[in-house]
Amino acid sequence: MIIGEGKPIKDILVMIKNYSKILLIGCRGCVTVCSAGGEKEVGILASVLSLARKKEGKEIEIREVTLERQCDPEYLEEIRSFVEDYEAVISIACGAGVQFMAEKYRKIPIYPGINTNFIGVTEEQGIWVERCQACGNCKLHLTGGICPITKCSKSLLNGPCGGSADGKCEVNPEVECGWQLIYDLLKEQGKLDTLEVIIPINDWSTSRDGGPRKIVREDLKL
Amino acid sequence: MRLSYPTNIKIIKVPCTGKVDVLYLLKSFQNGADGVYVAGCMEGDCHYLTGNLRARKRVEYTKKILDDIGIGGDRIEIYNMSAAQGARFVEVANEMTERIKALGPNPIKKRGSTESGKDPSKEE
Repeated sequence: MIIGEGKPIKDILVMIKNYSKILLIGCRGCVTVCSAGGEKEVGILASVLSLARKKEGKEIEIREVTLERQCDPEYLEEIRSFVEDYEAVISIACGAGVQFMAEKYRKIPIYPGINTNFIGVTEEQGIWVERCQACGNCKLHLTGGICPITKCSKSLLNGPCGGSADGKCEVNPEVECGWQLIYDLLKEQGKLDTLEVIIPINDWSTSRDGGPRKIVREDLKL
Repeated sequence: MRLSYPTNIKIIKVPCTGKVDVLYLLKSFQNGADGVYVAGCMEGDCHYLTGNLRARKRVEYTKKILDDIGIGGDRIEIYNMSAAQGARFVEVANEMTERIKALGPNPIKKRGSTESGKDPSKEE
């Protein structure tokens, strides 16, 4: 899922300093699961913002809404009848949701209430870790299901660099060496020969280097 | 025991401090409480094992929020005491009341509008 975390309250207060009627919109998708932008977080943020504004002696009206998803147009339509009653919108969906909202409602300023960090997993309750960089060219079949793009700090594709020591990465001694993880797993599985396949120079055009990406499925279009 | 504690304290009962949510704590301040404290069981004695430990983390989190928005994290606290510690209950009630009195009224209240003696600290 997409992992995010709340922006500092002070930053949000600056964004909305000129407004007194705000629509605060959460998302029941990824950001609900990582406790950054779901119904619960909408409630907390609304409470914090109105406390902060009351302290300044300025009242603020906040309507709390949480949509099923903000990355699908049909759910964004649900607010069309009342969105223009507000001076501004704070969306605490991921960056995709915020942008889609801004695109659909061009008359209203849309502000992001969270930072979108990465695609990751819930390692345990309260701990989220990056697992995928969405490079668009999955190589997990060659690396024991451990992503060298993500888990190797340098995104190397054919083994570790000289900075791997005792299973740790030179970038940060708390970071595990991705290639050590790959080697250990393949060894456990008796599949070290997998590593004999040389991965050629990477085609990064499927990643961010090719500009914004798009997938079109003619079979699914209406 | 017949011990008395300050009358400004309003008790909100919950089944376990594990039920205390960040939003409950914030709403108390939104509704004008000058201070809030959570009175939980002794650490290690939670009937639900970790309810009071979770409550402590939530109180810490709320402290940070209150500091960030200038309400002041000192206005919120968590104490641990057993059901048999009536004297301790009174001691904490007095301690918290003194602390909040020193801090003054909840800053969201308009200046001059607070009635003296009304600082409804909350406790559960």
